[in-house]
Amino acid sequence: MFKFFESIGKYTLLMQKVFSRPEKRSIYYRRIWHEMEALGLNSIGLTAIISIFIGSAVTLQMAITLESPFIPQFMIGYATREVMILEFSSTVVALILAGKVGSNIASEIGTMRITEQIDALEIMGVNSASYLILPKIVATVFFFPFLAIFSMLIGIGGGYGIAVLTGIMNPMEYIDGLRYCFYTEEITYALTKMVFFAFFITSISAYCGYYAKGNSLEVGKASTKAVVVSSIVIMICNLVLTQIIRT
Amino acid sequence: MIKVENVVKSFEGRTVLKDISVEFGTGQTNLIIGRSGSGKTVLLKSLVGLHDVDEGAIYYDDVCFSKLDFRARKDIRRDVGMIFQGGALLDASTVAENVKLPLDLFTEQSEEEKMERVNTCLKRVNLEHAHHLYPSELSGGMVKRAAIARAIVMNPRYLFCDEPNSGLDPQTSIVIDNLISDITKEYNITTIINTHDMNSVMEIGEKIVFIYEGEKWWEGSKDDILHADNQELSDFVFASAMAKRAKKASK
Ligand SMILES: Nc1ncnc2c1ncn2[C@@H]1O[C@H](COP(=O)(O)OP(=O)(O)OP(=O)(O)O)[C@@H](O)[C@H]1O
Ligand SMILES: [Mg+2]
Repeated sequence: MFKFFESIGKYTLLMQKVFSRPEKRSIYYRRIWHEMEALGLNSIGLTAIISIFIGSAVTLQMAITLESPFIPQFMIGYATREVMILEFSSTVVALILAGKVGSNIASEIGTMRITEQIDALEIMGVNSASYLILPKIVATVFFFPFLAIFSMLIGIGGGYGIAVLTGIMNPMEYIDGLRYCFYTEEITYALTKMVFFAFFITSISAYCGYYAKGNSLEVGKASTKAVVVSSIVIMICNLVLTQIIRT
Repeated sequence: MIKVENVVKSFEGRTVLKDISVEFGTGQTNLIIGRSGSGKTVLLKSLVGLHDVDEGAIYYDDVCFSKLDFRARKDIRRDVGMIFQGGALLDASTVAENVKLPLDLFTEQSEEEKMERVNTCLKRVNLEHAHHLYPSELSGGMVKRAAIARAIVMNPRYLFCDEPNSGLDPQTSIVIDNLISDITKEYNITTIINTHDMNSVMEIGEKIVFIYEGEKWWEGSKDDILHADNQELSDFVFASAMAKRAKKASK
């Protein structure tokens, strides 16, 4: 228990260091672009594959479960839309990104720690925490919401695709369902969640790597820990934000 | 000049540095020697503030470095170059980018000026053809030399080297030793080198500090070391067969 609070303290101090004034802006801009490519663009493929499969699976499941003369068919499109926007494209995609991006960040920074690259930066007079971590946080907080939008579109498109392909329901009804009771607040809510998730995934993973000690075994452990902890934080954060925003 | 006063450092109750006091002069190559595990790296890292000392003080010329906070240390660190035992080049950057990084961060020079400075430094260490290579594509000796180039690119006033020639062949070792010694003289740098290589000691050891199990056991110059009246030091110095033969011959 004491260790838990100690970690929170250390994490807070690290974030303070990360958000202290940057050395030189131009260098940071360059690094942010680089990180957007490394952490954001390179995750598009994974997001697309998972979203399209889940989108079509949800539609299929709904079509089978809601098969009843009392439930209008367009409800299937409506349900798919709600599932994708409210939970899947933010929370589940964030969990998947925690696995991909989180472990990547923790192992990269952890390796830099144990091979003394971070010490070398400190000796030069560089604020290593800010130099290494800030560009990653900015890049993911900015880029992950786009991944969420992308995932919504692809997922809902996947549902339409499966309706057309299998003929399990009328595609026009699916579209009607997508339009039914639509509020843009739902999108805002999903994107807000994603901004928080992006921050926690990146900062927690960076924290795990930054304080890695010892050898490559420890780096492996740090990256596992990064994924586990950020997944748990995402789940908690999801509940809290839903309670705050949606009620 | 760097002065160490009664420095004590321990890890989890185990004392690694035991009350060390010593002064390292400007414009000369100061060597810290000792067996593996004697505390050389810990001492060097304490000097640059990567470890905080438990007791004692460290002075950079007139400034008490160990009492400064993070921000004030940053100013001094612009004048510090360090070569780590493993090189510690940034894996994600090429040799040239590694060397250029301090210039990028702390100077307002144009791209051409910076590249010119980078080229000069790389030439000094015979790496002008390795510009575009990544650290993973370099040999151990090239990594060390690139690290030296990075350490001197800002014209440091203090240079710290942790075993700059461990793992290198004797010829390359001598080249690197002489390079460090030349730079020290040329720019009047306070240079501190960790080593357990007796060749370096005899070649460039102007001031030598012998650390034995975390204590300063002996200090002097390379001229005194062969005749020092100290059992542990003699054991260390004459550990190699060649040194033993040399001593016999001189008698
Ligand atoms: N971060 C640390 N935490 C705990 N103990 C440490 C730490 N760093 C070093 N030590 C201990 O301090 C002692 C001295 O280590 P140091 O790295 O200074 O040796 P060294 O003289 O540089 O040896 P070598 O020539 O092999 O590099 C060792 O016993 C080591 O176990
Ligand atoms: Mg060492």
